[in-house]
Amino acid sequence: MKKISVAKTFIYIALVLLVVICFIPFYMMIINATRTNSEILQGFTVIPGAAIFENYQTLISYMDVWRGFTNSLIVAVSVTILNAYFSALTAFALVVYDFKWKNVIFVTFLVMMMVPGQLGLIGLYDLSEALGMLDTYWPLIIPAIAAPFTVFFFRQYLITTMPMSLLEAGRIDGASEIHMFHRIVLPILMPAIATMGIFTFIGSWNNYITPLVILRSPELFTLPVMMGALRGSPVASNLGAMYLGIAISVVPIMIAFLFLSRYIINSISSGAVKG
Amino acid sequence: MAKNNRRAYLFIAPFVIVFLIFNIYPIFLTFYYSLTNYSGMGGIANAEFVGISNYVRLVTDTYFYEAFLNTIQIWGFNFVVQMLIALGLALLFSDIRLKLRGVSIFRALFYLPNIITIASVALLFNILLDWNHGALNQMLLSLGLIDSPINWLNSPAYAQSAVALIGAWMWFGNSFIILLAGISGISRDYYEAALIDGANWWKSFTNITLPQLKPILLYVLITSIIGGLQLFDLPMLLTDTRGAPQGSLNTMVLYLYNQAFRYNNFGYGATLAYGLFIITVIFSAITFRTMYRREVR
Repeated sequence: MKKISVAKTFIYIALVLLVVICFIPFYMMIINATRTNSEILQGFTVIPGAAIFENYQTLISYMDVWRGFTNSLIVAVSVTILNAYFSALTAFALVVYDFKWKNVIFVTFLVMMMVPGQLGLIGLYDLSEALGMLDTYWPLIIPAIAAPFTVFFFRQYLITTMPMSLLEAGRIDGASEIHMFHRIVLPILMPAIATMGIFTFIGSWNNYITPLVILRSPELFTLPVMMGALRGSPVASNLGAMYLGIAISVVPIMIAFLFLSRYIINSISSGAVKG
Repeated sequence: MAKNNRRAYLFIAPFVIVFLIFNIYPIFLTFYYSLTNYSGMGGIANAEFVGISNYVRLVTDTYFYEAFLNTIQIWGFNFVVQMLIALGLALLFSDIRLKLRGVSIFRALFYLPNIITIASVALLFNILLDWNHGALNQMLLSLGLIDSPINWLNSPAYAQSAVALIGAWMWFGNSFIILLAGISGISRDYYEAALIDGANWWKSFTNITLPQLKPILLYVLITSIIGGLQLFDLPMLLTDTRGAPQGSLNTMVLYLYNQAFRYNNFGYGATLAYGLFIITVIFSAITFRTMYRREVR
């Protein structure tokens, strides 16, 4: 017994050490975001500096990070809502109705889930250009309506949780099909919508290559594209402002994660075991 | 089940229309462009058909082979490190004799880097690993661990290792959570029976844990391969966006991006996209087959 408790102590120390190592890069980022350029050039200290407001002025005089933040939020929220609503509608139709092409559509889903996103990137760029949608958010948002993976996930969820008798009862009461979708199916799907919603949001928030290809105007840049632009901008000569810019793109997401972590991690665990 | 309900078509119409226009059509369009010398300007009318010459170029392109090797090397190193940490942690936290506490806190802390924008992480390490003014060299110097600053991002071996290790740092938490869920799902009866039979830790690990974990390992491996072959954000923003030093960070997708959108070789960029697709399919198929065959025997 004693041997195990000694071992446990060592394991806990090692685990805490691993956590510390994991957070060193973020710690360095936050400390350096508060120091002047010359302080940073001299060396690293563990104590924060006092230049955070100076750095902030330098940063926002060249790049409106909050604009990037708002842009990312607009895109990610639109994508998440469209993805959830239309995937639910499609899954509903696939589960409840019988119609021609149903199996063809379903098999197409399974195949398309394996296709890497980059395969159609050049075509998407060209299509956007032809439709006059380059340098707009449309090519980033509209494709969210057709998300095979989400439909697949919702379909599996509906098959196991939705009582068909509820729909039959609704029909007898004279409710329209779309009304039943809104009143019965969407509420039943809510847990699945929340799970997929979080991953859809994170995926859109972090997406770099598609907005990089589609967007041209700096005022439309999403946060990742803005980060890429930051390195070539005059801000790059002031390391403190650079660190602060990166920190602004990272810290709010970290705080949001603290509130949602339990939920997110349970979703990953259950998703993996089922899949 | 309502048969042949016409409303069903109405409900799936948005999905099907958007899917055909924004998913299927671009994939076919990309294929068409891979048979042309399109420069990316003027639309489909300005694309001159050149047959399979882009594909001939692809199979003889040393840069593509280099990009392929770079991607595989970075992915391989990343995967080994990531899995060793993740599996080690999962075994520790699922050990029935240790009964470690605080699983949910550690899971959350280890998972955190997963949700952070890779572009920000790449940019952060771009300045942290800087030769003269990077915080890493400054710290190592002041701790006396090195005598002179190491130029991390100027040596191919260091730079590739840096991408692999940053990736491992970002993603091991995800693998850890998935593996832990998988191990926790294995019935404890197996282990108790093994204990009665006098099996040691290693025996029950190789005879119970690993075989039972195979579907989960396959899942982690496949998703890691597909994701790893598409590596882009990190190598792009860690150095000069062109794969420096000496092209060692030129991954397949970075090569594709630069060919299509920097050098306006849309035709060849499209061919690279299909090359990447074929490689992804081959790798996934090989993984499936090897795992499956082992299971049968």
